[in-house]
Amino acid sequence: MFVASAFAASAQDAAEATHSETGVASEGAHEAGFPPFDSSTFPSQILWLAITFGLFYLFLKRVVLPRIGGILEVRRDRIAQDLDQAARMKEEADQAVAAYEQELADARKKANVIGQEARDAAKVEADAERQQIEKDLDAKLAKAEERIASIKETAMKDVGAIAEDTAASIVQELVGGRLDTTAAKAAVKAVKQ
Amino acid sequence: MANDPIHQFQISKWIPIEVGGLDFSFTNSSAFMVATVVAAGAFLFLTTSSRGLVPGRLQSISEMSYEFVASMLRDSAGSHGMRFFPFVFSIFMFVLMANLLGLFPYFFTVTSHIIVTFALALLVIGTVVVYGFLKHGFGFLKLFVPQGVPAVVVPLVVLIEIVSFLSRPVSLSVRLFANMLAGHITLKVFAGFVTSLSAFGVAGAAGAVLPLIMTVAITGLEFLVAFMQAYVFAVLTCMYLNDAVHPGH
Repeated sequence: MFVASAFAASAQDAAEATHSETGVASEGAHEAGFPPFDSSTFPSQILWLAITFGLFYLFLKRVVLPRIGGILEVRRDRIAQDLDQAARMKEEADQAVAAYEQELADARKKANVIGQEARDAAKVEADAERQQIEKDLDAKLAKAEERIASIKETAMKDVGAIAEDTAASIVQELVGGRLDTTAAKAAVKAVKQ
Repeated sequence: MANDPIHQFQISKWIPIEVGGLDFSFTNSSAFMVATVVAAGAFLFLTTSSRGLVPGRLQSISEMSYEFVASMLRDSAGSHGMRFFPFVFSIFMFVLMANLLGLFPYFFTVTSHIIVTFALALLVIGTVVVYGFLKHGFGFLKLFVPQGVPAVVVPLVVLIEIVSFLSRPVSLSVRLFANMLAGHITLKVFAGFVTSLSAFGVAGAAGAVLPLIMTVAITGLEFLVAFMQAYVFAVLTCMYLNDAVHPGH
């Protein structure tokens, strides 16, 4: 402000000097001095400021600001919408993953069941076969035992006769006499018992 | 007159108009007010005409200035203050564009005249006072009585508050006016050194390099000042409007 007033003073001096020298007394005479402080220009400046600024204000308020505000709002909405959509898609993807895993688990369970069934069936079959074989073996064993018993019986029967013969022969050899067959039979019977 | 740093502030009549003894001529100042309004309005209008969802560079500038002023106003005056958004945005864009246009050589700087800045400041304060009384009635006067002040010093504080309120339009207008004026005078003085020194032959031309560098540097500084002053004017407008919206501090 000091600078301004100093300039104002010097400019006024200069202007006055110019005017007095040249004697020019046109309308420039009362615009002498520092231009910003020349009150004769104030009405014009205020009027034109009011006109231009007023129109500017109306133009911005009616046209420009709603438009920029609209652009920004549309963008904000669009971004929110896109975010929503992204969230929705993520949810769908999550659901797909969950469904996939569920199916996988089901399939695994099914495979286990099938395996188990196959195993059980095989076991049942093997059991049946084994039982059949065991039954066959038992039958064979019984038959064999039967045969052994009959063989043994005949053998035992033969043993008695052989022993009587042997005993008679031995007695004959040792004693030199003849052994009564009934006595030998009785003796063998006594020994066998 | 070419070297006179004051000459750039001279107002010249282009179309003389006189009504009732008052001079309402269309002057170079009026022409640059029109240019300011047309340039700012056309820029904002044309860059946003495509309404791009993904903004281009120029559309980004318009959107950024919108959001810049909007957040400035919301921060200082709250959401109730947003009703003044068109007003604050107009003031910011007008002052900014006037300051920037004034930086072109041979262009007239609208905001370098105290009457223009004072009229804008009065418009702001007038809006504050009128809206304050309309909205809060006499409750608006609570603005001058801060809460939590001991009763003894209340008269003194009220006096200070009133003085500070009355000095607001003065400080608001003089700040912008003086910055523009001083900046342009400084530029002109340094630029004047360049021409007057180079009149002294080779040595003078060599010596003129220094003021030339200064002129370039100050031009850069003036761009900063042009933006800063528009910003400061708008911020203070927001804070004064906050008083109208919430007078109880």
